[in-house]
Amino acid sequence: MTANQKLYFYPVWLRIWHGLNAIGILTLIFSGISMQSSIESAHLLSFKTVINLHNIAGILVTLSYFLYFVGNLVTPNGKFYIIKPKGFLKRPIQQAIYYAWGMFHGMKAPYPISEKRKFNPLQKYAYVLVMYMAVPVVIITGFALLFPEIIIDQVYAFSGVFVTAVFHSTMGFFISIFLIVHLYIASIGKSPLENFKSIFTGWHEVH
Amino acid sequence: MNNRFIRLILLLVLGTFLHSNAQSYQNAQHHQCLKCHSNQTYTFFNSVKGKDEKRMMNPYFILDTVALTAGVHKPFDCTDCHSSEYGTYPHKSNLKLEPLSTCLDCHGGDASFASYHFERIDEEFRKSIHFQVSGENFNCSKCHSQHTYVATARTSNNVLEIVDYSNKMCLSCHNDMKKYKTVSGHENPKLVQVHDWLPNQELHFKNVRCIECHTEVLDSLKVSHNILPKSKALRKCVECHSADSRLKASLYKYQNLQKRSVDGSIKMVLANESYVIGSHQIPHLKIASILIFFLTLIGIIVHSSFRIFKKK
Repeated sequence: MTANQKLYFYPVWLRIWHGLNAIGILTLIFSGISMQSSIESAHLLSFKTVINLHNIAGILVTLSYFLYFVGNLVTPNGKFYIIKPKGFLKRPIQQAIYYAWGMFHGMKAPYPISEKRKFNPLQKYAYVLVMYMAVPVVIITGFALLFPEIIIDQVYAFSGVFVTAVFHSTMGFFISIFLIVHLYIASIGKSPLENFKSIFTGWHEVH
Repeated sequence: MNNRFIRLILLLVLGTFLHSNAQSYQNAQHHQCLKCHSNQTYTFFNSVKGKDEKRMMNPYFILDTVALTAGVHKPFDCTDCHSSEYGTYPHKSNLKLEPLSTCLDCHGGDASFASYHFERIDEEFRKSIHFQVSGENFNCSKCHSQHTYVATARTSNNVLEIVDYSNKMCLSCHNDMKKYKTVSGHENPKLVQVHDWLPNQELHFKNVRCIECHTEVLDSLKVSHNILPKSKALRKCVECHSADSRLKASLYKYQNLQKRSVDGSIKMVLANESYVIGSHQIPHLKIASILIFFLTLIGIIVHSSFRIFKKK
């Protein structure tokens, strides 16, 4: 590997998806929190506007999710998300140790990114959990809440709508936490802004 | 005939007479008042023209005899409250100018009605927007029809029935331009429009009493009669959609929670109280989410401090 090798990591379709998803998810988090905390918190927008905004952003995220899903099926990008059983726990733990201790003690990154490895193991796990579990659950429950007649009436003693709403907001919350961590980890690079530049230009510099 | 037989006959006649008073509303055609006041039309002798004439009855003077026989005042006859002079027909025109008895004239200061808190209700009512705007012109009967009132909230086990009955009292004026204008002097605001901000408006109107948001709820009084001005009406979702719910504090607390806990469907109430607003309605999840959020922030702050310190 040569110094300052440039890799074209983020093709146009992926950057479009990432951009739409970012706008959509940020809008959903803002409007979701606003709805949860009742209308009195709606100093900027009325409750009704916030609901509409949430619904529209939800549809935007759903559409962009299809782009992501199909994109990963038809392009080589999908293979970066495959988790292998070998070192299932060891590999992410090594990466976690690197972030928590190693990077401050001169340790080299255990899984440096390359043409073949776009994500480190911890990153891969987080992306798979968010993109193949949390986001689909939020999309499905979100659409169920848009059309409550498709929700089963009772789940044991609880209203089906209520259980759906709990799943929806719980997963929404985990996506919010992911976003915070995602933005922070993205700042770990040669310079704090380097990775943010990459997602705009598509090129990633490997050192 | 011996004395005993005469006494028996007298008792039967008296019994029939006493009985007829209470039951007379059921046989409207033979009731002195209802034979006209339960009909759409009435007939009178026009002495100027010298012939009988048929006219339309004022719709506000037509009584629903079915509701009348179900009402709390069914044992009383019309002239127990209205002037006995109404017994003559045509009625004297000045009779309608006479003041009617108020509820407190009968119900006030009577120990047998203590549990109904009539005096307290009157105190609360005098603070209400109804009294502030209309004064003494606004009386109990504006909401509680003396003719047909049923204490549904005390007698019914069905929440929807209680809600419906209670809301119809409000809607009888607030959704009726003529009646509203008679009391207030201006047109009634359009309810659907003024509640435009309320999510799931139709569902709320069906399942929640107007007074839940439009009165000051007091634990000591089963139904508050202090109807608040609209600026003070409740507009916070969490007041009801939270673990310690306002709804539970009033109607559900008094009427249904106990009954449902007896028949085992308390779980249904628990499920309903957190209807649709999401995980913030489950206290454990709320605490967990706050904890996770702050731990994440602390983690980031600690890590970035090390990065700054170690220049990484």
